[in-house]
Amino acid sequence: MAQGEGAWLETWQSDRGQVLAPVGRWAIGDLFLVEKEIRARAEAASGAIIIDLSKVDTLDTAGAWTIYRTARNLEANGVAVDVVGATDDQVSLIEAVRAAETEVPPDEPTGNSFVNMVAHVGQSAIEIAKETGDLVGFFGQTLVAAGRVVVRPRRLRATSLFYHMEEVGLNAIPIVGLMSFLIGIVLAFQGASQLQRFGAEVFVVNLVAISVLREIGVLMTAIIVAGRSGSAFTAQIGSMKVNEEVDAMQTLGLDPMEVLVLPRLFALALTLPLLAFFADIMGLVGGALMAWITLDISPATFIERLRDAVSLWSFWVGILKAPFFAFLIAMIGCYEGFQVTGSATSVGQRTTRAVVEAIFLVIVVDAAFSIFFQIVGI
Amino acid sequence: MTDGDIAIRVRGLRTQFGNQVIHDNLDLDVRRGEVIGVVGGSGTGKSVLLRTIIGLNRPAAGTIEVLDHPVTGASREQMLELEKRWGVLFQDGALFSSLAVDENIEVPLKEHTAMSHEFRKEVAALKLRMVGLPLSACHKFPSQLSGGMRKRAGLARALALDPDILFLDEPTAGLDPIGAAAFDQLIRRLQQSLGLTVFMVTHDLDSLHAICDRIAVLADHRVSVIGSMDQMLASDHPWVREYFHGPRARAALG
Repeated sequence: MAQGEGAWLETWQSDRGQVLAPVGRWAIGDLFLVEKEIRARAEAASGAIIIDLSKVDTLDTAGAWTIYRTARNLEANGVAVDVVGATDDQVSLIEAVRAAETEVPPDEPTGNSFVNMVAHVGQSAIEIAKETGDLVGFFGQTLVAAGRVVVRPRRLRATSLFYHMEEVGLNAIPIVGLMSFLIGIVLAFQGASQLQRFGAEVFVVNLVAISVLREIGVLMTAIIVAGRSGSAFTAQIGSMKVNEEVDAMQTLGLDPMEVLVLPRLFALALTLPLLAFFADIMGLVGGALMAWITLDISPATFIERLRDAVSLWSFWVGILKAPFFAFLIAMIGCYEGFQVTGSATSVGQRTTRAVVEAIFLVIVVDAAFSIFFQIVGI
Repeated sequence: MTDGDIAIRVRGLRTQFGNQVIHDNLDLDVRRGEVIGVVGGSGTGKSVLLRTIIGLNRPAAGTIEVLDHPVTGASREQMLELEKRWGVLFQDGALFSSLAVDENIEVPLKEHTAMSHEFRKEVAALKLRMVGLPLSACHKFPSQLSGGMRKRAGLARALALDPDILFLDEPTAGLDPIGAAAFDQLIRRLQQSLGLTVFMVTHDLDSLHAICDRIAVLADHRVSVIGSMDQMLASDHPWVREYFHGPRARAALG
């Protein structure tokens, strides 16, 4: 059996009719060489056709299918076909192919693209409405479960809670600290170059302190945690869903809400304010460092200015938002995890959605807080 | 027996994970055109052996030749050539979950052949029918199929390139007895009509009885007994005795 010599078709006229003789490797890798030719020959044929297989070196199912299909189409056109020269193996292969003969099912109808687009928009809208309803329902379920735990604190899974606190809180400290430190530096640097023009360099302290304490510290923390932990929640719960672990839990009389959701929720609600506090400090340190380097404002001066610039409320406004953000991130992370169905693809899609939705809602809620604090005058 | 008669030749194979030795000095010959069943207790490394032969695990020592080409130490190109000549059915089918069944079957066709779109569709539909799936399964996604149908679809994908050797990892596990028997018959029929060599890891005594020409028993880190079902029944190896003479075996073998 010579390999890679290709497949071709020989044809000649014999006294009994036209002979089509496949030659060479009529196997799946070489058939593309002859597939058009044999189709054309079959369509052009008339009278009697003899398919002579004696020159074929290799015949596999794809080759057998090609020959069988040719013979079938010829017969359908009223041409007499005779297949000769096949070995016993080749005969049984063609027989096996004949037994499995089938039409190629039509591709799914694609329809009008404009109609599809409109339908797609409609479907998405319905889906969003449904998901929003589900999410609210999930909030409610969580609150009920949380209520049960508050009444009977022994139901809270302490091990799980501490594990998640370490995972989402302690382990996030380096990245959260570094990010806010850098943000502090950037704010001070940009602020300095603008304020210097008015000779108001010293107000850099106000700029850094107010923006870091009120907004950026907690917001950056929430965004990092949403990306880090919200996605992890979805992926963890989602894989458990795919693996039927969630179902197993239910049959064992364990409430997935209590076992999976509450520890994550409480862990995040407890650690996010602490992380935000840490981010505040690091942001201020970054700002102070940059102010010292570029504006020669010594750390002592910075701290003194800090006392005048911000009230304690500026700090509280930031920290107060943290538990709300934590609640949103944990809820969406867990909710999307439970929405996973079937496959690994679904885990990926849901994880992406969890992060995007969590960050989006965090920013929306932050804006709402901003307006609220403006109205109450803090 | 000449070299041409051996499809898979394993010599002195040693595999280990860390300090845990799975196989040690394992020899195995699989003849062309036979169905070989590999059995062994849990943890004796049946699936590991399969994965090592197809190059997914790197052995610590020993040589493996498939169709007279070395697997151990093969270059990327040599490996590709070999991979076109074998098909593998993993335990749960391992279908690509983001692709429909017909697209799954077309993956190897698209990657390794230059055939036209139309012909590719025909071949995919043919394979689908050969493994006994209804055409309605064509556009379904793996998550919409039952376990048995997923296995059949996985088999169709493994057969897409008309391989010489078929590797099956517990093909009948998780199927109901009727489905398992049908799957056995399917493999036997395909093996005969396509002239395949089949390497099958299994626990299913019925499959061993129904379709295996020879059985290899993995114990004590190597193939300790190999032979036909009659030889298995006559063997005095303690594990083999227990396996083939236990209550389940008596029921299965009658």
